[in-house]
Amino acid sequence: MPDSQAIAIDPSAVENPAVGIDQSSGNFSYDMKYEFDAGSGLNERTVDYISSVKKEASWLREFRMNALKTFESKPLPTHWATRDLENIDFNKIRYYLSSGGKPKRTWDEVPDDIKRTFERLGIPEQERKFLAGVEAQFDSEAAYSNIKETVAKQGVIFVNSTEALREHPEIFRKWFGKVIPTSDNKFSALNSAVFSGGSFIYVPPGIKVSHPLQAYFRINAENFGQFERTLIIVDEGSEVTYMEGCTAPKFSTATLHSAVVELVALKGAKIQYITVQNWANNVFNLVTKRGLAHEEAEIKWIDCNIGSRLTMKYPGVVLKGRKSRGEVLSIALANDGQHQDTGAKMIHAADETTSNIIAKSISVGQGRSTYRGVVHIPRHLKGCKNNTECDALLINSNSRTDTYPAITVRGDRHAVQHEASVSKVSEEQIFYMKQRGLTEGQAMSLSVNGFINDLARQFPMEYSVELKRLIDLEMEGSVG
Amino acid sequence: MSLLEIKDLHVAIGEKPIVRGVSLEIRSGEVHAIMGPNGAGKSTLAKVIAGHPDYTVTGGDVLLDGHSVLEMEPDERARAGFFLAFQYPSEIPGVSIANFLRAALQARLADGEELDASAYYKRLYEKMDLLKIDRKFTSRSVNEGFSGGEKKRCEILQMAMIEPKFALMDETDSGLDIDALKIVAEGVNRLRGPGLGMLLITHYQRLLNYIVPDFVHVMREGRIVLSGGKSLALELDSKGYDWVKDEVPVS
Repeated sequence: MPDSQAIAIDPSAVENPAVGIDQSSGNFSYDMKYEFDAGSGLNERTVDYISSVKKEASWLREFRMNALKTFESKPLPTHWATRDLENIDFNKIRYYLSSGGKPKRTWDEVPDDIKRTFERLGIPEQERKFLAGVEAQFDSEAAYSNIKETVAKQGVIFVNSTEALREHPEIFRKWFGKVIPTSDNKFSALNSAVFSGGSFIYVPPGIKVSHPLQAYFRINAENFGQFERTLIIVDEGSEVTYMEGCTAPKFSTATLHSAVVELVALKGAKIQYITVQNWANNVFNLVTKRGLAHEEAEIKWIDCNIGSRLTMKYPGVVLKGRKSRGEVLSIALANDGQHQDTGAKMIHAADETTSNIIAKSISVGQGRSTYRGVVHIPRHLKGCKNNTECDALLINSNSRTDTYPAITVRGDRHAVQHEASVSKVSEEQIFYMKQRGLTEGQAMSLSVNGFINDLARQFPMEYSVELKRLIDLEMEGSVG
Repeated sequence: MSLLEIKDLHVAIGEKPIVRGVSLEIRSGEVHAIMGPNGAGKSTLAKVIAGHPDYTVTGGDVLLDGHSVLEMEPDERARAGFFLAFQYPSEIPGVSIANFLRAALQARLADGEELDASAYYKRLYEKMDLLKIDRKFTSRSVNEGFSGGEKKRCEILQMAMIEPKFALMDETDSGLDIDALKIVAEGVNRLRGPGLGMLLITHYQRLLNYIVPDFVHVMREGRIVLSGGKSLALELDSKGYDWVKDEVPVS
């Protein structure tokens, strides 16, 4: 079992080919000339610089400055989280990099090297095939942003946060920071101080957006920190599916990705938020995601974490309105040198609210996965339901899995169910599959896909195919 | 026409010798049965040919058409033409039989070549009809919650689809009642043919009533001590393994 010391990876371990695996499809970068560069390190000048470049209103500049103070005053949460967090050197990180200019509406207008990046990642192709809109962020700002005309005509807004603040300040400000306050945790404070990019979506009442909206987050620069801020507001009776993907090249130094995502589902609205994360193994991925569900609204997080060095992410739903529903379907794959610390939070705050958490984690080699969950049902409510299932799969004897489900239910008018299991892919099972002609990588990949099969079946087709492909790549590469 | 040659094979688990000098030749189309008491090394022989990682070859060789397979990984041996029907097949939760077999066949194609899905399903259903297996079977997870008989039938179905050069059948009769045994044996008989060589590992003569071998070998304490035709099995059944002990003293 790796102790916390062993998890503090030195840079050479990040170079270990067994660790690196196949983010190969995303493992490339281009030399960029950045017009705007906040330099390394974080202080008031950094925040000032970002705010000035974005020509922000004074309330926002103040908001950022206050957030910086909160960030500085909060300790790292190492009393419960891994000490690997201490390896983040906040003074070495570059907090803002952009080439200037507004995001382009057609791929032809996107500068060549950035366009090449997204073409290699297949984004324009996916857009043509099945998406209602795409936003492609390159380091700090969106390079491309477009929404299908039919969807725009319905009054749906899909822009990045920088544009939203300029063009829709009244809606943005109304909800911004309300679901996740600055002081929620150290990294939400950091994001609040230096955020840039991320999506802003508003769906007016009674509109069902027929195809998914997608954002793609790309880190290109070394020692970079990406801090996108996403805010999605779905008005009464409306529906939207949002999907995010992300990649970064594999640098030997640490990269930080620390996003804040806030969702608001008004009465009877439905939001489905899908993440397929495939960060390179040097990325600290520390993300705060939470949704607020009003009466009879439904928020569903589908969260797939494959890459990164350390991910800490617990998508949550605050069930504020009567009969609202929250769901988290989570898949985490921790390979050698990786720690996936993921889970879910369900805060029941109204009668007859329902939450469902299904978390599956896979630990391979020295990989470590941790499930953390919070379910909170207070005494004064009635008719609340929660179902929590955590399944862990271990491949090879050195992998580690921990489960910390914190379920607090008060009162006697609720129904709660919790199940957990740990299983292992045995040598005998691998031999059986190899005897049928599968390579070791194929055999492990098949076991993993079998393990998550019942969850992956609930994903939209395109994403379950993508997920399978990523798992195949990851397992192929994990065989020495 | 293929040839499997086992030459003076010695096998150990850790320091403990299990197989102590076995030589045997099997040609395509031939069915050889290896019988013997518990602990004689029969199952070890089958597993070591397939490349099971628990065993160490301490001497001798195994050749497929003149080429040693001992340096090959289990999956390479499988693709070269060996199929092991397991005594205790593993469960693979969440992976359907259809998907598993598809992956196994895909693994035999060249890089970039894709299995033709409709042709695959057509063939799968043909083989299932041949082996009298219900179509619903294909969507069940491999061996998960299967009865003993279903597990063995699943092995035979895989063998039918993969079409190996040599099948190594490890105690295929164990854990089966007589009806299940008949069904499995019938399946095996349907797959018999000039292209397939078979090594049947069994403790009991019972199986050989239904799958009639061309040759019978008796193993004791890691060696083949007696070989003969199919009548040898009957003789063993009536006289017991102690008869062999008296007949052929093992040093």
